[in-house]
Amino acid sequence: MAETETRWHPSANRRALEARARLLADIRRFFAERGVLEVETPILSTAAATAPHLHSLATHYQGLQTSEGLRLFLQTSPEHAMKRLLAAGSGPIYQLARVFRNGESGRRHNPEFTLLEWYRPGVDHWTLMEEVDIFLSRLLGTPKGERLSYKEVFQHYLEVDVFAASNKVLAGLARAHGFQGGTVNGEESRQISLDFLMAAVIEPQLGQGRPCFIYDYPASEAQLARIRPASKICLVPLAERFEVYLNGMELANGYHELSDVAEQRQRFQTDIAYRKAWGLEEVPLDELLLAALAQGLPDCAGVALGVDRLLMVLLGSSRIEEVLAFPVDRI
Amino acid sequence: MAAYSTNEFKSGLKVMMDGDPCTIVENEFVKPGKGQAFNRVKLRNLKTGRVIDRTFKSGETLEAADVLETQLQYLYSDGELWHFMSPETFEQYSADGAAVGDAVKWLKEQDICTVTLWNGVPLSVAPPNFVTLQVTETDPGLRGDTSSGGNKPATLETGAVVRVPLFIDVGEVLKIDTRTGEYVERAKE
Repeated sequence: MAETETRWHPSANRRALEARARLLADIRRFFAERGVLEVETPILSTAAATAPHLHSLATHYQGLQTSEGLRLFLQTSPEHAMKRLLAAGSGPIYQLARVFRNGESGRRHNPEFTLLEWYRPGVDHWTLMEEVDIFLSRLLGTPKGERLSYKEVFQHYLEVDVFAASNKVLAGLARAHGFQGGTVNGEESRQISLDFLMAAVIEPQLGQGRPCFIYDYPASEAQLARIRPASKICLVPLAERFEVYLNGMELANGYHELSDVAEQRQRFQTDIAYRKAWGLEEVPLDELLLAALAQGLPDCAGVALGVDRLLMVLLGSSRIEEVLAFPVDRI
Repeated sequence: MAAYSTNEFKSGLKVMMDGDPCTIVENEFVKPGKGQAFNRVKLRNLKTGRVIDRTFKSGETLEAADVLETQLQYLYSDGELWHFMSPETFEQYSADGAAVGDAVKWLKEQDICTVTLWNGVPLSVAPPNFVTLQVTETDPGLRGDTSSGGNKPATLETGAVVRVPLFIDVGEVLKIDTRTGEYVERAKE
């Protein structure tokens, strides 16, 4: 860590600060032209994301409504609050939100960053992918993106049928690509192998010069996306979810949103059980989101896109601190 | 023995990997979507010098390697081992050929070398950046040629062969940069 005398300086240069201001203005213009409403929702919440690999930061509130004080979590994404707006009939909405993820720091990660999240009622993730493609070409000047299924990328880059391969085959592949095996077995080890192969082997090769959209994820990676049941055409259930990669970097993550309240509650509870089993921090599940879903979330698709990474692409930066005024080691 | 978690990994940290002491060269945090986080780590094997890439699940640990870099004075070689001494504790250490490696051609008695010890045994030897060595063999010097025109090979007292300017003669003492193996200048008397 730099000394205080030098640490007060911003790590982004003037050109990067100006590019950020321009990008934010361009994003707002893009949505204004399309009649998408800009919204702001609270950064603080009594509930937190339950996903096992998302770690929230928390703070303590003391005030009128509560004598003992209240534990409040800083959002890892504005997803829950925005879905409550959708359930209340907001129509298409977007938000430029500050989000917080504990423990995430590196060349492409900062624990505090800017996420652009937008939702379109009445469309599925296929239609939303089209809009993301247009968004990227308008803001970054990229050519039309390519579309590949999750199965296709594993076939192409690792020559493996990812849905048919055994846990052992996937673990062997991971080891062959330099994964220093952990100490877990079974389904957990399968997911770790898949995460490793995707993040460390496939991702760096994706989207060279044009966006790459990956869709049809394993049901185990559905998160808050709908799951399409197995059928005669496809023998495994698939998550109706997509990710966008550009220049070997993950830019965005989109879902055909799950609106079934019973299934959503079930998934939250599975996450919470997992957290308990693995000694991760226990978090309260979001009853307010579930109440909104019970009332009825319109059929919709949503996507979250990392604004700092967009800037990295625009400026050709390889380190996120080049586009942030004050990254975590200067706060 | 202490262990380091991936959160503590930073360049220069010495850890055990596959039974060998390694130094961490680079550590990169990677995380797919909302999946498991990993650390992609470049490690240099301190015995072989080879650099390997490994990826760890974030939160995994590696055992610390008992590796220490120290300044030792080179005493002599008995043909099989190279003997060093700490100028502070006077403790003596013997290094084998593998540990001495390429440094052998620059080792001059009394010189202070950087020796990496693993469990108290020399693992590698780095000579001083600059050494002064006498020329034992070279073609006769060309009088009057002090320009930087051509050069010729010269054998030094330690056996090292370096390219030197044409005017250098046998018996002269030269300053050599051991990192590049290049002649710098005639050593000042």
